[in-house]
Amino acid sequence: MSDISLSESEATKPQKTRLQIALRKPGFLIGVAIIGFSSLLAIAPGLFAPYDPNFIDYNAVRQPPSWAHPFGTDMLGRDSLSRVISAYTVNMQMALLATIFALIIGVTVGALVGYYRGVADMIFGRFVDAIITFPFLVLVIAVVAVLGPGLINMYIAITMVGWVYYARLMRAEVIAQMGNDYSAAGVVMGYSDRRIIFRHLLPNAITPVIVYWMTDMALAILLGSSLGYLGLGAQPPQAEWGVLIAEGRNFITTAWWLSLMPGVAIVLTGLGFSLMGDGLADLLRPRG
Amino acid sequence: MIDQKPILEVSNLCTTFRRGGVDLPAVRDVSFSVGQGEVLGLVGESGSGKSVTLRSILGLSRRYGDVTGEVRWLGQDIASMPERKLRHIRGREIAMIFQEPMTSLNPLLTVGMQLTETLKAHTDLNRAARRDRAIEMLDHVGIPSAASRLGEFPHQFSGGMRQRVMIAIALAASPKLLLADEPTTALDVTIQAQILDLILSLADEMQMGVILVTHDLGVVAQTCENVAVMYAGRVVEQGAVRQVLGAPRHPYTVGLMRSVPQNVPPRTQLYSVPGTPPSLEALPVGCAFASRCQNRTERCLTARPTLDAITDDRRVACFNPVAAEKAGAA
Amino acid sequence: MATLQYILKRLFLMIPTFFLVMIIIFVLVRFLPGDPAIAIAGDRASDADLEAIRERLGLNEPMLVQFWLFVTNTIQGDLGSSILMRAPVTEVIFNRLPTTAFLTLYAVGLSLLIAGPLAFVAALNRGRWPDVLIRTVFQVGLSMPVFYIGLILLTFLAAQLRWFPVGGYGDTFGARLYHLFLPSVAVALYTSAIIMRNLRSAIIEVLDAEYVQFARAKGLPNRLILGRHVLRNALISTVTLLGLSIGNLMSGTLVTETVFAVPGVGRLMLEAIFARDYPLIQGLTLTFAVLVSVVFLLTDLFQSTLDPRMRLT
Repeated sequence: MSDISLSESEATKPQKTRLQIALRKPGFLIGVAIIGFSSLLAIAPGLFAPYDPNFIDYNAVRQPPSWAHPFGTDMLGRDSLSRVISAYTVNMQMALLATIFALIIGVTVGALVGYYRGVADMIFGRFVDAIITFPFLVLVIAVVAVLGPGLINMYIAITMVGWVYYARLMRAEVIAQMGNDYSAAGVVMGYSDRRIIFRHLLPNAITPVIVYWMTDMALAILLGSSLGYLGLGAQPPQAEWGVLIAEGRNFITTAWWLSLMPGVAIVLTGLGFSLMGDGLADLLRPRG
Repeated sequence: MIDQKPILEVSNLCTTFRRGGVDLPAVRDVSFSVGQGEVLGLVGESGSGKSVTLRSILGLSRRYGDVTGEVRWLGQDIASMPERKLRHIRGREIAMIFQEPMTSLNPLLTVGMQLTETLKAHTDLNRAARRDRAIEMLDHVGIPSAASRLGEFPHQFSGGMRQRVMIAIALAASPKLLLADEPTTALDVTIQAQILDLILSLADEMQMGVILVTHDLGVVAQTCENVAVMYAGRVVEQGAVRQVLGAPRHPYTVGLMRSVPQNVPPRTQLYSVPGTPPSLEALPVGCAFASRCQNRTERCLTARPTLDAITDDRRVACFNPVAAEKAGAA
Repeated sequence: MATLQYILKRLFLMIPTFFLVMIIIFVLVRFLPGDPAIAIAGDRASDADLEAIRERLGLNEPMLVQFWLFVTNTIQGDLGSSILMRAPVTEVIFNRLPTTAFLTLYAVGLSLLIAGPLAFVAALNRGRWPDVLIRTVFQVGLSMPVFYIGLILLTFLAAQLRWFPVGGYGDTFGARLYHLFLPSVAVALYTSAIIMRNLRSAIIEVLDAEYVQFARAKGLPNRLILGRHVLRNALISTVTLLGLSIGNLMSGTLVTETVFAVPGVGRLMLEAIFARDYPLIQGLTLTFAVLVSVVFLLTDLFQSTLDPRMRLT
């Protein structure tokens, strides 16, 4: 109930217990474990893959799951498990490369227009309105159409559209933070703009952006594999989950395992990122 | 005035909330009774458990925590009554008004709807009769051109007017007891007296008992017959207003009395009880007030004083109560 | 009167936004690789033919003139001719639009049907097993890409069990409901996960609100408290969320149309891109932008009719 003593006692809790609470949540731990293991698979897929993912064996085409091939083999006789594992490199890379540049550009632009306001901010506002008028996927697909299909172009396309969302969030946070007294104090003390932005505003305003980044990484994997499936992202024979699912599509009634297994990897990794993101949000979010 | 037989008897009421694996004893062993037409004051600082006590009486706390003890309404225990039966007592026999008129009315429903839905739940009146009664109630609590305002939404009313609306809603079904949870705290000072007068005159007119939760001792002195002072979830002193406020025995009551400015020359610093109340999750073993108390002894830190009768209807929970004659001088 | 004024104000504010939208589309399309004249006339066309086409399309004019032509033509409802379909772009789009609209609304309806009751069950059992179970299932649903859900549904419910057709979209209303069921479910599972999350926390917040406590103190029956006081207030944030998610919803529709071979504008977009049909890409992108804006506007209006506090501002 809205008893004042309750909220007071919560506010006086030391920072340490918040980490302890986050660590006690099974969701957060599961998320960290999934992402930790996924990163390991991404860095050293060779350690875990039982076969060479590109080894073609026409004598063992579309074999159902067995002890020798736990996920079966594909239409070229390649080992599906090895291909799903080797795809970790590309798909985990997606989570990072499709988001990190958008994060950097967005944070910078958002902080600048939020701090200086004026004409630049007005133009930015209209621009954001225009961008959010397009469905995300439609705009990304259109940019991919301009640049041509492929992984790198896909990263560029997602970055070109995605930075706007980071910038919008960052701008709002900077403006909220500037309402606080300490940045006003910074101006009174005669600090340079750069010092105020980078030393005072950024560290405080960035928390929600980092939380958003976590969910965005989960979305990047979903988006990247969707584009791979549609033929606009990674291109065969590259092992990528969306591409693998698309390759198995034609054999879906006879060799269902080809499409099913890469999807499980997508769901697991996406789940890992969103669980980790939720836990991080609890950890970083200031409590009111 | 006061009927011999109480209508409400609360005994050993305890309410415990659980937050993050920690038990918070919000209300502990609270007992009191209210007679017909009696006005009882419940005083204490924020977080002393006054509001939770009120909400526990009406069964609103049990969704959030554990409530034990007895709440006898006209002889019937309502603390353990199932929600389905209890709802016929809520609003019809015991009504409640809240502190914040801004947030206690549903912003999406018209005032008329929020008034008539109570009538629909508790009376057999038809639609037209409910409307007439709603206008009558709004008129009664002093809302001008009541009929035309039935279709308006809460945000179209001022704070004081909203509190009047809430009173009209609460009293629509003519309850026998009103639980008023700091009904004037959120209002402008000029409006406060008006609202309080309204509540008391209506109570008098309807022969309705009132439990008035407040932190304003001045209000208690003017309006209540009996008072209970709460600290950290417990009643520390209770009795007739004239005695408790006239000659307080508990050091905390003394402190509260001293913080009310009375006949002081201008520009003197106002007194306030030093220190802050202990947090509910870390209550001391002994008396909860000990750390702020000037009469503290070793015993206060190791044992908790019980609420004992010092005269017939006067109870104090203190090992070293302030002497009666000295207290009067403070 | 106030509502009309509000709509006019909103429409007026949309003008600069749409000007920017058109610039973005124009720039994007000009950067598309390949010569549109060759795309229209084919590889074996003579230079004179190509030149004539360029002249007709205004491709020889300066960029600003071209942009002016694009804007004025668009306002007059002329989006050019589709190379792929050999028909006016507006005609092609309007032929396909009803299917996509049906699919999207169907998906919204299913999402609400799935998410609404479950959000209530979860919120009312906060922290207990039904809540944990529902949240876990939806957490997994949130990590499933639409094309994957679609493929699973297609394989098992359509191809294996033959409960549903593998493609097509039906002629009558009933047939459409039947044909588009799986494509809609694929989108709805993802959307309902988002709605469930939001609605659950909205309900929890409203349940703790003072006006709901007051409603309880008034002695109202529980169903009235939930139906009148809780649902109505929680609905506002859900409608807003649904409106803001229209872009995601359309992205999902695009994918699901491809997976289930539904002839809507989403699949058309992909066909246009693979065929480098630039007038069609241009027209479709604009159509999506207009649709999203209209939904944003409708959301605002719906919100202001639901919430009296927003009516007069």
